Amino acid sequence: MKICVLVKQVPGSEAQFSVSADGSWIQETGLPFEMNESDNYALEEALQIREQKDEGEVVVVSLGPDRCQKVIREALAKGADRAIHIKEDAPYNTDPFSIATALANTIKDEKFELVLSGLQSDDLGFGQTGVILGEILGMTTATLVVGTEIQDGKIKVKRELESGWFQWQTMDLPASLAIQSGLNQPRYPSLKGIMGAKKKEIKESLFVDMCDIDGLQSFNGLSVQRAEKQTEMIEGTVDQVVSKLVDVFKNEIRIN
Amino acid sequence: MDILVVLEDKNGMIHRMSQEAITGAQRIGSEFNLSVGILAMGGNAAALSDQAAQYDVNEVLTLENEHLNHYTADGYGAAVAQVVTNENPKYVFFGHTYQVRDYVPRVSAKLKRPFLNDAVSYSSEGGNPVFSKQVLNAKLVAALQPNDGGTILISFQSAAFSSENIQSGSANVRSISVDIDSAEIKTVTEDPFQEEAGGVDLSSAELIVSIGRGIGKEENILLAQELANTIGAEIASSRPVVDSGWLPSHHQVGSSGQTVSPKLYLALGISGAIQHVVGMKGSKNIVVINKDPDAPLFELADYGVVGDMLEIVPKLTEALDR
Ligand SMILES: Cc1cc2nc3c(=O)[nH]c(=O)nc-3n(C[C@H](O)[C@H](O)[C@H](O)COP(=O)(O)OP(=O)(O)OC[C@H]3O[C@@H](n4cnc5c(N)ncnc54)[C@H](O)[C@@H]3O)c2cc1C
Ligand SMILES: Nc1ncnc2c1ncn2[C@@H]1O[C@H](COP(=O)(O)O)[C@@H](O)[C@H]1O
Repeated sequence: MKICVLVKQVPGSEAQFSVSADGSWIQETGLPFEMNESDNYALEEALQIREQKDEGEVVVVSLGPDRCQKVIREALAKGADRAIHIKEDAPYNTDPFSIATALANTIKDEKFELVLSGLQSDDLGFGQTGVILGEILGMTTATLVVGTEIQDGKIKVKRELESGWFQWQTMDLPASLAIQSGLNQPRYPSLKGIMGAKKKEIKESLFVDMCDIDGLQSFNGLSVQRAEKQTEMIEGTVDQVVSKLVDVFKNEIRIN
Repeated sequence: MDILVVLEDKNGMIHRMSQEAITGAQRIGSEFNLSVGILAMGGNAAALSDQAAQYDVNEVLTLENEHLNHYTADGYGAAVAQVVTNENPKYVFFGHTYQVRDYVPRVSAKLKRPFLNDAVSYSSEGGNPVFSKQVLNAKLVAALQPNDGGTILISFQSAAFSSENIQSGSANVRSISVDIDSAEIKTVTEDPFQEEAGGVDLSSAELIVSIGRGIGKEENILLAQELANTIGAEIASSRPVVDSGWLPSHHQVGSSGQTVSPKLYLALGISGAIQHVVGMKGSKNIVVINKDPDAPLFELADYGVVGDMLEIVPKLTEALDR
């Protein structure tokens, strides 16, 4: 089975942000970047499907500036067969429709049976790219996928519903699935994998050549969240903090 | 109509987040002088439509079709796209539910119209509403700019509007129809089910010690466990802890897990993503320990400590034990 995995590079969850001078995006210098969390699970699922069947190909596609090479290499080191990098420099693209269009134009002739993406990107959080891509390419789509079973010409997926409920659904192929975290345990790259990755193909193209439409939406200013509640901050050395917490627990919250 | 609210069915009742979307539509409608309609569709369309007709809106549309009796992204995507084309509203409002995540991007792609997802608030600019969403791990807020030229699809984050403020009234009901070719439905769904419950009912817990990815590694869970034992609390967690296999899934608090409202919710190394927050924001006292002073959960905290939980927790256990 030929599988495409969409992998995005995003700032790490502990990154501190400051808004750029013109208010349009953040200052990127010095930020830690990593593979989007749910994409890591999507990649693992693709690798496991390929290994179960012992045939097929896993192709990683990432759209973004040069720094994305890091996550592309990481995916190749974990076992993806080859990669496509759609290069785009700043300003940061904030339109899921044009991102999906560029991705669709890039892969449309490859005839993938399965496209796996993450459920949502941790930076922009649209939760749309993989679904729009599927619609553009005439694929079936499912999101919040927490299990897959390949069947004859079809795929059966387990979807997460709200509050701990689940549902199975069987869909025609080709399918575009947005993967929810936790459905597998993503592997770490081996030393051999890291060495082997250097020889794998990374095809490059330019975003402007792959997207022929205007975007549907953009960001118009970024600002810092405002606090909602009056928070009493407890400060001091660890021992001071601990004794104040004990006081709060016993005398304010009265935990007995 | 100018604003169309698409309802979600929750076992024959209007989903809580659809009620919030109706509240938002009523408020934005009166502020910007926009008329409001509601769309009830699917197997329970009649029941939903009866409920919707008791709200103060201009019109309720009822859509029944054999291909909509069970939810599929194929069917719902096609149906809503057709209704939007026929009715041509300025805005379509949804609650940002899991179902909306699943099919509304397809409506956006079919219509080539923007889907502003997970909006938390709006403001007024040049006589029009401007919608904002959280980005970058909820640390920043972005105002969203849709392009010109037609309908804008918007989903609202849980609690963006309070359904307690929903206005009652009475609305006309109109039946509408769509054309769905059975060849378009390429998905067969089975009945929803719950995984075996693990025996921990966090919803009735008085005291909860909850751990996030900041716990670092599996062995460290013991530190939180000792603290919980000392004060007689239950252990809960954010999703990554469950995803890593460090705790069984019934410990997870949030939109995919349990909803809790203890007297004490002690959050250790949890950043405060909305999907976690919806499960614990009703807690009476929220105490947050996080080494990042910008962690969004501090905004909900009654008491906050900026510091290393791995250093603080063992000493806290010891002090409380005395
Ligand atoms: C559809 C959907 C459903 C979801 N459902 C849920 C759900 O039900 N429940 C849920 O929790 N999440 C859910 N999520 C995931 C959610 O978006 C977040 O990714 C998750 O809540 C983050 O968990 P966290 O705060 O533990 O980890 P992170 O966001 O990685 O935060 C870790 C925090 O620990 C702090 N930290 C690190 N080390 C230390 C230390 N030594 N001492 C103190 N602090 C430290 C860091 O500063 C950081 O703030 C869902 C996501 C989606 C898209
Ligand atoms: N620039 C990108 N490059 C590669 N994949 C992407 C990109 N943007 C989004 N995706 C994929 O689409 C998923 C959903 O992203 P989003 O719609 O931004 O929430 C991500 O988890 C990725 O798998």
